[in-house]
Amino acid sequence: MKKWVFWLAALVVLAAMESSLRGLIGAYNYQIVILVGINIILAVSLNLINGYTGQFSIGHAGFYAVGAYTSASVVVYGGPAIRAATAFLPQTAQNAVLLLLGIIAAAIAAGIAGWAVGIPSLRLRGDYLAIVTLGFGEIIRVLILNIDAIGGARGFSGIPQLSNFFWVYLGVLITVVTVHNLVNSSYGRAFISIRDDEIAAEAMGVDTTRFKVMSFVISSMFAGIAGSLFGHYTMYLHPNSFLFTTSFYLIIMVVVGGLGSIEGAILGAVLVTVLLEVFREFGAFRLVNFSILLVLIMIYRPQGLLGAWTLFRTRKPAPATK
Amino acid sequence: MARRSSLFVMCLLGAALVSCAGNSSDQASNEIVIGEFGSLTGTTATFGISTRNGIDMAIEEVNKAGGLLGKQVRVIVEDDQGKPEEAQTVVTKLITSDQVIAILGEVASSRTLAAAPVAQQSMIPMISPSSTNPRVTEVGDYIFRICFIDPFQGLVMAKFATNTLKVKNVAILRDIKNDYSVGLADVFADNMKQMGGAIVADESYSEGDTDFSAQLTSIKARNPQAIFIPGYYTEVGLIARQARRLGMAMPLLGGDGWDSPRLTDIGGEALNDTYFSNHYSVDDPSPAIQNFVSQYKAKYGETPDALAALGFDSANILFDAIRRANSAEPVKVRDAIAQTKDYPGVTGKITLDANRNAVKPAVVLRVRDSKLEYVETITP
Repeated sequence: MKKWVFWLAALVVLAAMESSLRGLIGAYNYQIVILVGINIILAVSLNLINGYTGQFSIGHAGFYAVGAYTSASVVVYGGPAIRAATAFLPQTAQNAVLLLLGIIAAAIAAGIAGWAVGIPSLRLRGDYLAIVTLGFGEIIRVLILNIDAIGGARGFSGIPQLSNFFWVYLGVLITVVTVHNLVNSSYGRAFISIRDDEIAAEAMGVDTTRFKVMSFVISSMFAGIAGSLFGHYTMYLHPNSFLFTTSFYLIIMVVVGGLGSIEGAILGAVLVTVLLEVFREFGAFRLVNFSILLVLIMIYRPQGLLGAWTLFRTRKPAPATK
Repeated sequence: MARRSSLFVMCLLGAALVSCAGNSSDQASNEIVIGEFGSLTGTTATFGISTRNGIDMAIEEVNKAGGLLGKQVRVIVEDDQGKPEEAQTVVTKLITSDQVIAILGEVASSRTLAAAPVAQQSMIPMISPSSTNPRVTEVGDYIFRICFIDPFQGLVMAKFATNTLKVKNVAILRDIKNDYSVGLADVFADNMKQMGGAIVADESYSEGDTDFSAQLTSIKARNPQAIFIPGYYTEVGLIARQARRLGMAMPLLGGDGWDSPRLTDIGGEALNDTYFSNHYSVDDPSPAIQNFVSQYKAKYGETPDALAALGFDSANILFDAIRRANSAEPVKVRDAIAQTKDYPGVTGKITLDANRNAVKPAVVLRVRDSKLEYVETITP
């Protein structure tokens, strides 16, 4: 399998779609497609922690916020200098350089945040970890509220629009391929062993804390990338976009789609985002109907729509022991 | 391996596109469609609901009188749940999917700021009934507001504290998470200092807090003559109760965020001897106001708050502009809105300046026994 052929084809297809999509489906649907893409990155990355490693994190919005604000700060405050340094390039190439630097900074900052949270807290299990991550998400949001240079309570405005369909879905592709390859590697098997039985995993020589931190850091990095793409699409960031309800929506996506399945996380992200828009028809009862649907799904498909089903597997799953 | 998984992603993407394409609107040519977005649910739900009521009343009136340019007016209302990114999405929907010719909204500045770039880029005029943050109309020449801005309210309350209440040492308790509250508090503090007053304490809280005893105790120790609390009604009611319980009897001051029928439900007796600046007073004897108040009461069974009045005015200013432009084309409507001069609204004579902000007076109200009393009008 020639990898570079695949990536080249992906780039061409994405670029072609970017140039025609908005005219084809209108700005509103285009916006939904973008939000779907960002939510896919978030859900797939959260699935790495919640689905594959079996840890219950409800602070994903915190890493998302770190990425969004870091990238926006790099581009807004470092923008003039970076543009000056790349003045020999055409405008679009300058934008791409700017966005890539923003994304890299976002991934690094969110990864460091994930590491900082992971080190002390991943020795905790279950509910305790959930509370720590929830608290972390809130800490990030309150910190942002109190930093004036990034807008504080007024929101961060004046962010240039750099991301679009091309960048968001390139991000989706990279996230999906990376997470897919990761969970099918020896690292992935270590993650899954922690989920299935942490004590047994430890007895077999898996350094559980190390692998938990690793899954946390990787997941946070992708959340940071999603944040960067989000900020450079909406051009305005406000801490209210990163409330803990955002984390809950992400958990809903993962659980509805099926914990421990990349396809499930993607399906969940698409479904939740699109349904919330479709349900606008119901006006005031939109969220009521949405919640009823969730309740029904959980009653009839407690394992999620796809369960742990996966379309592509490089290795046959071990027979279930329970 | 990688290629196959990407094929799958593409398929999924295609499915997503198909499912959300194809709800284009068939716009009847005998109506003018305008959009409205607001927080109909969430912590500031009464803001969105009052505004919607006011706008609905204006539309009913204009349709009874034969509509605009011989067409009926229809409004499409979208709920943003009080979230900035939702506001941006619904405004995109209103503009591209429903093809509205103009947009009314939002109350809170953070939501208006998130949505305004979309309206500006699509060249659809947007009138905010009550976003008071100065930066809102700086987004571009399609963004208007018909209320005064934060600096003006801060100035009004500083003037009121100095000249009418004759106090010098004032404390501030601001909602640090809220752009509106922070803006008002800063301007108030600057103006107090300029007029010879002093800010003896500057404490903060966050929307959603329910216990304010730590901040209030620290303020009490500084012994201020009044406390300026530029927050929203839910927290203000609780703060007032807790302050009185701590034996703090000084007047409390605030801005138009206090204005809600729920304020006195929450605060009750504790709100006696409190004052806030507002856009209009229901006690104003002018016939236009009394007419509006009695009609609103008949329709909704409650006294209209300022947001209802501003919603009503924002819709009427838009209709007036459409009439003057003699067209429902967004560009022409924009130009007509920009020329609004001395429009006799319920909330005072409204003129839009070169920065698309309204120039109009503010009133100061006093709360007494769960009723609002008119105290005075302060002009720019």
